[in-house]
Amino acid sequence: MEIRKVGVVGAGVMGVGLGQSLAQTGHEAVLVDVSAAVLQRAREEIRQGLRFRGLFQKGEKREDSETVLGRITFTTDLAALADVDFLIENVPEKWEIKRDLYPRLDAVCPQRAVFAVNTSCISITRVAGLTGRPDRVLGMHFMNPVPLKPMVEAIRAFHTSDETLETARQLLRQMGKDCIVVGDLPGFVSNRILMLTVNEAVFVLQDGVATAEQVDQLFKTCFGHKMGPLETADLIGLDTILYSIEVLYESYNDSKFRPSPLLKKMVDAGLLGRKSGKGFYDYGIGR
Amino acid sequence: MDETQVKIKEFLSRFLKSHDLQIDEDIFALGFVSSLLAMQLVAFVEKEFGIQVEDADLDLDNFRSIRAISDLVARKSAPATA
Repeated sequence: MEIRKVGVVGAGVMGVGLGQSLAQTGHEAVLVDVSAAVLQRAREEIRQGLRFRGLFQKGEKREDSETVLGRITFTTDLAALADVDFLIENVPEKWEIKRDLYPRLDAVCPQRAVFAVNTSCISITRVAGLTGRPDRVLGMHFMNPVPLKPMVEAIRAFHTSDETLETARQLLRQMGKDCIVVGDLPGFVSNRILMLTVNEAVFVLQDGVATAEQVDQLFKTCFGHKMGPLETADLIGLDTILYSIEVLYESYNDSKFRPSPLLKKMVDAGLLGRKSGKGFYDYGIGR
Repeated sequence: MDETQVKIKEFLSRFLKSHDLQIDEDIFALGFVSSLLAMQLVAFVEKEFGIQVEDADLDLDNFRSIRAISDLVARKSAPATA
């Protein structure tokens, strides 16, 4: 069965990227958020994203931006999800929000619809337990910016069926993407390793072993990484890094995930990375 | 480089620490062009050279290098025929 209509819940950065990515690959998308103002901004951001996509994606003739935008329904009404084939949820990474949302999604969406939890840290098995369809729930950790990233970290929760994984693969194929399926433990693969690496890089800086530039240069020139761990932290946001490493620390009760005191101090000082203009590097004003 | 190209280089160099950008160098291949910078670049080109960049012009080939951008500016600055 072809997946034609996809629900996207939460119109933040990920919802915007997903809406654009789905629409420009010919899918009908229903973008739902609790805030009409957020939806308005999402529409504008998707319009801009579509307008500028030619600068980032080489290839065939592009469809007119308005035609693509026309495939997306923006609404605050969950009832608009009543006939979706597939649902991707990207509300904030807070358990209370997911706990209240999933029973409502379960009630309104068709029985056949697969639910994908787009998260980098929350247990998929636990979310699946909020629904009457745990076999049709999986994790899909999309990367930002969604339209440009060809790979997704997919997570098989305790009850996720093979059929559900195949359906998710099919949707990703239709979107020109692919996935790597991993198991469901906190942080999965990408965040568990990345956060530990970033945190240790901050310890190195804290201990005066090397400068931020030296750390990043080593990863780029010796290991061929596109960005070093501290540049990556600046891009993600130091507050997000701290939150993620704290979640891992609590989840595993393992001291190896203890956050670096320097990281905490920088967050307290408002040095959050690119978004605040300064983190491990100085980005100046207006960048 | 002509005057237009020098101005484009100056703008792009603000985002490139210690890298001497060459006229035909692929700025997207360098990996520093984020979606935000792409928008800033288009806004800069429109304002600085008084041209209107249409959606159809927003193509990789028109923004790939200093030379590509200056060629676009030259085309757009020519008297309109429409």
